[in-house]
Amino acid sequence: MAETKTIAPQEGMSVRFWNWLTETQVWKSVFRHDRPNTDRNRVLVMLSNVFLHLHPVRIRKSGVKLRYTWCMGGLSFFLFLVLTFTGLLLMFYYRPTLEYAYTDIVGLREHVPLGIMREMHRWGAHAMVITVWLHMFRVFMTGSYKPPREFNWSVGVIMLVLTLLLSFTGYLLPWDQLAIWAITVGTNMARATPFLGHEGPGAALLKLGDIPLVHAADDARFALLGGTFVGEGALLRFYVLHCVGFPLAIAVLMAVHFWRVRKDGGISGPM
Amino acid sequence: MGLAWGAFSAASAAALAATGRFMFPNVLNEPPQQFKIGLPGEYGMGVDERFKDKFGIWIIRTPDDMAQHAAGFYILVSTCTHLGCTPNYLSAESKFKCPCHGSGFRLTGINFEGPAPRPLERARVVLADDGQILVDKGKHYQFELGQWIDPEAFLKV
Repeated sequence: MAETKTIAPQEGMSVRFWNWLTETQVWKSVFRHDRPNTDRNRVLVMLSNVFLHLHPVRIRKSGVKLRYTWCMGGLSFFLFLVLTFTGLLLMFYYRPTLEYAYTDIVGLREHVPLGIMREMHRWGAHAMVITVWLHMFRVFMTGSYKPPREFNWSVGVIMLVLTLLLSFTGYLLPWDQLAIWAITVGTNMARATPFLGHEGPGAALLKLGDIPLVHAADDARFALLGGTFVGEGALLRFYVLHCVGFPLAIAVLMAVHFWRVRKDGGISGPM
Repeated sequence: MGLAWGAFSAASAAALAATGRFMFPNVLNEPPQQFKIGLPGEYGMGVDERFKDKFGIWIIRTPDDMAQHAAGFYILVSTCTHLGCTPNYLSAESKFKCPCHGSGFRLTGINFEGPAPRPLERARVVLADDGQILVDKGKHYQFELGQWIDPEAFLKV
């Protein structure tokens, strides 16, 4: 008859190190929760981390199914991170002036190790426009825009516009013929802004005697271009908007968007 | 309380207005709208492209203008009336052809092919005191508004 005996498990090196590490003051000052081995601790992990607290504490099983979400929202965010990182690297070489813009873009390909960085930024930008559209398509087809998620849908629409504006402003920066004429044509639309564009409806009404208040050098298009045609002012303005203005705005809205998914009851369930 | 909020609102509005005004500089580093292009005798008949890159104009000398029925100069603004690209002058075909979407214009500026909805615009042209041709891009003349018969839309020589 075999003798049964319970033997206390020998604590390995890694376990002892882990136990020591999680008891240090440095660790405890950063993480205010125990190991996520109970439901309560898992909730605390989510709630006590500024990044994780934007996300739902728990989601439905259907919410992680690829055939339901297509992961297009996640991919859009991933591409945004890729674009932020590669864009930051490009900024070390690119100078937004008439003299250097085009040659710097060529130099990024010819003179810089891993010149593929610019192509990653370009293709990533195209991909992000596509994934954002597909994300909206999925949200629409699954009815996830309906109450209580209508506010988050609106935030998403604004982010779609910002994505397109990021794409549009980035289009000018290579400063080749395609860029210049595409932006010329695109910004000509602003001429027709009601009241604010000098060729728009109502602009002719705004005048002091014979002096028009809205003309080519002070209308909405001018504010965009910093000039009356696509020149050095436009290049610099688009550069600043592309690298700082729009990314900042879309990052803030992303935080709201993710947090709001959680507040509106997590990823929507199947219909 | 009302005074405090009023002052705060006024200061905020002023700051906002100042921010908006900041986007409109007082000095523009752009080519002038008015410029002299030399004496009439320096130009032969036909299209001259020497100021196209710098000022965005074609200088055309004609023995008989379609609008003014006289010999002299008119200035075509080299901005396509479709979406604002710059057409090319094709001397072999005697026309201006826009590379963006294929709009074509006769040497008079009249559109005849492609999506352009109206003729090219002409700019004001007069003789300066020193006898040189003075072009003023600040004033445009549009054919479809009947403005090409304006005396300053054409320089009789």
